[in-house]
Amino acid sequence: MTIFNKGLITVSAFALMASLANAQDNVTIAIQLEPPNLDPTGAAAQAIDSVMYSNVFEGLTRFMSDGAVVPGLAKSWDISADGLSYTFNLQTDVTFHDGTTMDAEDVKFSLDRARAEDSTNAQKGLFANIAAVDVIDATTVKVTLSQPTGNFLFNMAWGDAVIVAPESAETNATAPVGTGAYRFLDWVQGDRLELTRNADYWGNAPAIQNATFRFISDPTAAFAAVMAEDVDAFAGFPAPENIPQFEADPRFQVLKGNTEGETILSTNNKMHPFDNKLVRKAVAHAIDRQAIIDGAMFGLGTPIGTHFAPHNPNYVDLTSNSQYDPELSKKLLAEAGFADGFTTTLKLPPPSYARRGGEIIAAQLREVGIDAQISNLEWAQWLEEVFRGKDFGLSIVSHTEPMDIGIYANPDYYFQYDNPAFQALMDDLNKATDPDARAALMAQAQTIVSEDYVNGYLFELAYPTIAKADLQGMWENQPTAAVDLTGLSWTN
Amino acid sequence: MLRYALSRCASLLISLIVASMIIFLTIEIVPGDPAAFMLGLNAQPEAVEALRVQLGLNASAPERYLTWVSGMLQGDFGTSYTYRTPVSDLITDRIWVSLPLAIYALVLSTLIAFPAGIFAASRRGGAGDTAIMGATQLGVAIPNFWFAMILVLIFAINLRWFSAGGFVGWDKGFWPGLKSLTLPAIALALPQAAILARVMRSSLLDVLGEDFIRTARAKGLSKRQALWRHAVRNALIPVLTILGLQFSFLLAGGIVIEQVFFLPGLGRLIFQAISARDLIVVEGVVMLLVFSVIIVNFLVDLTYAAVDPRLRQRS
Repeated sequence: MTIFNKGLITVSAFALMASLANAQDNVTIAIQLEPPNLDPTGAAAQAIDSVMYSNVFEGLTRFMSDGAVVPGLAKSWDISADGLSYTFNLQTDVTFHDGTTMDAEDVKFSLDRARAEDSTNAQKGLFANIAAVDVIDATTVKVTLSQPTGNFLFNMAWGDAVIVAPESAETNATAPVGTGAYRFLDWVQGDRLELTRNADYWGNAPAIQNATFRFISDPTAAFAAVMAEDVDAFAGFPAPENIPQFEADPRFQVLKGNTEGETILSTNNKMHPFDNKLVRKAVAHAIDRQAIIDGAMFGLGTPIGTHFAPHNPNYVDLTSNSQYDPELSKKLLAEAGFADGFTTTLKLPPPSYARRGGEIIAAQLREVGIDAQISNLEWAQWLEEVFRGKDFGLSIVSHTEPMDIGIYANPDYYFQYDNPAFQALMDDLNKATDPDARAALMAQAQTIVSEDYVNGYLFELAYPTIAKADLQGMWENQPTAAVDLTGLSWTN
Repeated sequence: MLRYALSRCASLLISLIVASMIIFLTIEIVPGDPAAFMLGLNAQPEAVEALRVQLGLNASAPERYLTWVSGMLQGDFGTSYTYRTPVSDLITDRIWVSLPLAIYALVLSTLIAFPAGIFAASRRGGAGDTAIMGATQLGVAIPNFWFAMILVLIFAINLRWFSAGGFVGWDKGFWPGLKSLTLPAIALALPQAAILARVMRSSLLDVLGEDFIRTARAKGLSKRQALWRHAVRNALIPVLTILGLQFSFLLAGGIVIEQVFFLPGLGRLIFQAISARDLIVVEGVVMLLVFSVIIVNFLVDLTYAAVDPRLRQRS
C-alpha cells in the first residue's frame, strides 16, 4: 500500500513537473516595431536584427550583451603581421536550416555579395576595405584587406554581415534560412513571428523551445500587454513613464540598459548662422541636458558630451565642454553678432525622444533668444528633407549604429562637418590595430567633435526591458539591436 | 429596377477609375523615398540606387500608373517593397481580421441602436427617452480609443477575462477568434450605436408625425401596431444610409483601435505602409477600401429600392 502510494505520488509529481517544464519551455517577447522583412543583409530596420540576430542568423563573429566581440561561425582566426589578411577557421559540421552545409564557400559568397556593385546592403561601408575573399579549404577562408582595418572583427559581428547561403539568399526576406540555434517557423504579419529550436544546431542547445515575438507599437497597449501578462517580456519598452509601476510590482523585473544610440541635436554646419562655431557653442551652452532627460525620457538616459557611447571603455567624459550656462550662451551669441538672437528650424522625426525633447530644447533656446521653429516630420519625410536634402537648421536624432564617430569624417553627411584634420585622424584610426594607439586616437576624435561643437550632444538612448521576474538571460544592453534567445531560461 | 441597377453600376465604374487616379497622384506628391527609408542612415548612395532599380522605382509616373492599374485588372496588386511579399497576400491576411471586426461591430451597434432608438421614439419625452438620449449623448462624445483603453484596463488588466490585445487567429477556432475581437468590437460599436440610435429615433419621430400614421391609427391600429407595421419601415431609409457609411468607417477607420489592441488588420497595415513609404501597399489597400465603400453604397442604394417601392417604379 505504501509502495503503491509512493508510486502514485511519484507519477503525479512527474506528471506535474512534465507539465510545468512544458509550459516553461516557451517564451513570448514583445518588441515595439515589426520587422519589414527578415533579411538582415538587405535593410537597415533594427527590428530585423532584434528578431533574427544570433537567433536565426550568425556571422563570423558576434556581439555579447556587454558589447564584447567573440567568435561566432569562425572559431578562431589568424591576423597577418601587416594587418592585411585575416584567416578564419570555421566551425565544423554547421548546416543551414534547409539542410545544406555551411562552409568557406558560403562565407565567400556572403562577403562578396555584400560588397558587390549592385549590393543593397544598408551597411555596405563595413565591407569597403575587403579586397579579396579566398577559400583555402572547406573550413578555412582568407580575407584580404586593401588597408589595415582595426575594426574588422567588430564589423563582421554586425547583423548586416551574417553568413547566408547562395541557395536561400534571395528569399531570406520572407523565408529566412540561417545557421542559428532557432529556425523560422511562421510570421503572421502585423501580429507575431514564431521561432523554434533548431535540433541540428552546431553549438550548445538553448533552453527555450519555442519563442514568439509580438509587435506592439502603441505605448499604452504595450503597458497593458505586460500588465495583463500577455507577454513574458517587452524588450525596448516604449513607455518610460510607466517604469516605476513595474519596479514596484514583484511580478516583474526591470532592466535599464544602454544602446549605441547617441541622441544629438544635429546641427547643419554649412547653414548660416551655424557655420559659425561661436553660435554652435552658444547653442550647446543653452541646453540643459538633465532637463531633457528628465522631461522627455522620464530620467532614462546618460548625458554625453561627445559622439561616443559612455559605456565604451574608450569613452571620454566631455560634458563639461557644454555645461548648461544660458548667460555664457547669450554672451557668445552677442560676440557672434546675434545679440538679438535669430530664427531657425527644428525638424523632428517621430520618436518620442525627438518630439518631447524638441519641445524642451525649443523652450531652452528661446531663453537665449534663439527662435527654433518646430516642424514634425515622418521618418520618410525626414530622410528626404533633412538627411538627403540637408534642408534644416536643427534636428534631433539618435545615431544608433555602434562606433559611428566615423560619420564626422564624411563632409557630405547631413550635418556637413568638414574638417580635414578629423578626416586624417579617422584614416589613422581605421589603420591602427594596436589597442592603446586606437584608444588614444578615439579619445582625440571625441575631443575634436566636442570642442568644435559640431552638434549638440544630449544623451545616450536607454533601452528599458521589462520581463517576468523568473525569466533569466535577457540582454540588458544593446551593443547591436538583438533579442538574443540563446541565453534565455526560466528559473522555476 | 434593372435600369436603376445598371445606372448605379456605371457610376460605380467611373468612381473607381477616378479614385485610382487620385490615389496614385496623392501618393506621387507625398515626399519620401522607400529605398532610402529601407536602407537607413548609414547607407551608401549607390546601395540606395541599386535598391531603387531592384524595386522598379525609376520608371516614369505614367508608366508606373499603367503597370499598377493593368496589374490590378488581372488581380495582381504588385509586390510590397518592404515585406517583399505580394500585396494581395498581405491584404487577404489582414482582411480576415478587419472584415469580421467591422461586421461584429456593426451587428453589435445595430442590436443596441435599433431597440434603443425605437424605444426612445415610442416614449418621446418620457423618462426612458431622456435616459437613452443622455446615454447616446455620452456615447457620441467619448472617443473610441479612450473607451478602448478603459475596456482594456477593466477587462484585461484587472479582471483578466480577455487578453489586452492581439488576434489569436481563426485557425485556433471560431470562438477564440471571436473572443479576441470582442473588446475592439465593443469599443468600435458603442459610439456608432449612439449615433445610430439618435438617427433611428429622430427619423421615427418624423415618420410618426406623418398623415399615413394618423390614417393607420384611425383605421383602428393600436399605437404599437402602427409603429411596427408602418412607421419603422418608413423610417429605415436614413438609418440605412448611416449604416452604410458606418460600415465603411468601421472597415477603414479601425486604424486607431487596431493600434490600441495591436490587431493585424488593414488599418495597421496601411499605417505601417505609409510610414515606410511602401507605396504599392498603400495604393492597394486604399484602392480596396475605396472599392468596398463604393460597393457598400451601391448595395445601400439597392436596398433603398427594396425598402421603398417608389424608387423601383420611378426608374
